[in-house]
Amino acid sequence: MTSDDLTLALGDPERVHRREQSAVLRVNESDAEALTGDPENPEDDHRMILNMGPQHPSTHGVLRLMLEMEGETVLRSKPVIGYLHTGMEKTAEGLTYLQGPTNVTRMDYAAPLFSELAFSLTVEKLLGIEVPPRATWIRMLMCELNRISSHLLFQATNGMDLGAVSMMIYGWREREEVLRFFEKVTGLRMNHNYIRPGGVAADLHDGWRQDVRELLDMLPARLEEYDTLLTNQPIFQERLQGVGVLNPAEALALSATGPILRSTGYSWDLRRHAPYMFYDQVDFDVVVGTWGDCFDRYAIRQNEIRESLRIIEQILDLMPEGDYRVQNKKVTPPPRARIDESMEALIHHFKIFTEGFHVPQGEAYVAVESPRGELGCYIVSDGSPKPYRMHIRGPSFVNLQTLPHLMEGGLIADGVAVISSVDPIMGEVDR
Amino acid sequence: MTEENAAPPEETDQETVEEVDLGPMAYGVPVTESFGQTVLHPTPDQLIETATALQQDGFCMVIDVTVVDYLTHPGRTDLPSAVTPQRFEVVVALINHQQSTRIRLRVQAGNEQPTVPSLFDLFPGTEAMEREAWDLFGVTFTDHPDHSRILLPDDWEGHPLRKDHGMGDIPVQFSTTVGNR
Repeated sequence: MTSDDLTLALGDPERVHRREQSAVLRVNESDAEALTGDPENPEDDHRMILNMGPQHPSTHGVLRLMLEMEGETVLRSKPVIGYLHTGMEKTAEGLTYLQGPTNVTRMDYAAPLFSELAFSLTVEKLLGIEVPPRATWIRMLMCELNRISSHLLFQATNGMDLGAVSMMIYGWREREEVLRFFEKVTGLRMNHNYIRPGGVAADLHDGWRQDVRELLDMLPARLEEYDTLLTNQPIFQERLQGVGVLNPAEALALSATGPILRSTGYSWDLRRHAPYMFYDQVDFDVVVGTWGDCFDRYAIRQNEIRESLRIIEQILDLMPEGDYRVQNKKVTPPPRARIDESMEALIHHFKIFTEGFHVPQGEAYVAVESPRGELGCYIVSDGSPKPYRMHIRGPSFVNLQTLPHLMEGGLIADGVAVISSVDPIMGEVDR
Repeated sequence: MTEENAAPPEETDQETVEEVDLGPMAYGVPVTESFGQTVLHPTPDQLIETATALQQDGFCMVIDVTVVDYLTHPGRTDLPSAVTPQRFEVVVALINHQQSTRIRLRVQAGNEQPTVPSLFDLFPGTEAMEREAWDLFGVTFTDHPDHSRILLPDDWEGHPLRKDHGMGDIPVQFSTTVGNR
């Protein structure tokens, strides 16, 4: 990051000071009612409170919004969340470290591998183990593919929200191709439980290069189609350009990360600026926007797919031979064949799957760049085989705070575009 | 309670001054390191001051606010000697984009009614995270603009991520449900 970026972010104090509390604050329902004025008064008559969701086709799950409207203009809004809350952080305290990924993978169900990755990296940090290079490269390959499938899902739903209904079908079609590869590798289309502490669950199958190659050959042409269908289409541009504008200072103040922060022209990507795994060994660009509007957020995701394809291309060449998980008998279960031969292996197998492995006391926070922003995992260990406390910092949850800011002063129809461009996954918001 | 208070506080103060090494300090508060990351240990009263200083030092974003309930923990060994362990610990993660560094604040928030000042005025992005912390742990954030539940319903009782919160308390009654036919 250059110093210009920071000047861009912090150099305009007027815009910072325009951040008044009411825009950030989510108004209480009762307060909002009081503030909208007297229905008998004709001057207050045109202002109303509108409830949107939780069952609404364009709220991406069960997001509910309280909107204060004047005519068709949105004044203030408040996201109401929690409809999918299932206490997953509490659940995590009852699962061993090996079972943990099955839990976190259900948070961001459009990009499940990233939750598993953040969890596993944190556990490995606490354990002080280092996974073999091949395991890390497999993780990178799978995560970049997952970034593609997640962004494809965004392209599909974003198109549909704006009336480009055919985009829905195309986006899902391409995403399905990626999920098919996931199914071959992990056994499941979603909720893989593939990345685990100590490595990955299984090695890549024979012929994986061919499968990845096919994806790499197919997707660029399909992205060109999207450009024809959406990017260069005047109606689509009219719907998105200048809608839901955020500036860098506001994005930073609201703790927004990922494409929302980058759309403001602020270059911040953990893969580049705080590299983890082997992202410092691959060549890719951080895509940033200029205007911070919905179109920039759309275009960033579109181009991040291309950057991910570039990374995968390099991974194909860089993938080493070797083990796909660390050979530490205390952490990874022994191969099935060893159990018949070795008493030790049987004991380790039994210990790992009944009691689990002990993780030394301590606390650690590890963050990865998920398709939605910084996905962090904070684990406190008390030395037992289960996390004492596991917290996931969900990017969707935090990014949702930008909604009132983005929607303020816009039309209700633009509100749909704004919700879509924030791309919240409610499973991660509510956890 | 009374007995503990009755113990002469002067004595412990003298000990602190004379013998106990406060260890390394940064931003006026004790500092430790955990897996390569800097951890500061301000008291709730020092929190705003520390956060302001960090913000001026380029820590432009609060990444995360969460709480840990140490009720059943066997005992923390990673706290500096100047910090008295308490049941609730508020954990604030900050990031400095320019230097690409992170700092974590671990605030001992209290045992019975944990209270810390809200960081909203400095970092408006903490709004939802502090509400979540209140919702799930019952930690009060003073001066928070909308101090309400966020994930659980407004009429929910208790704070479920506390270690003494019972689990599985709600009876499920599928078998007694009378069908339509």
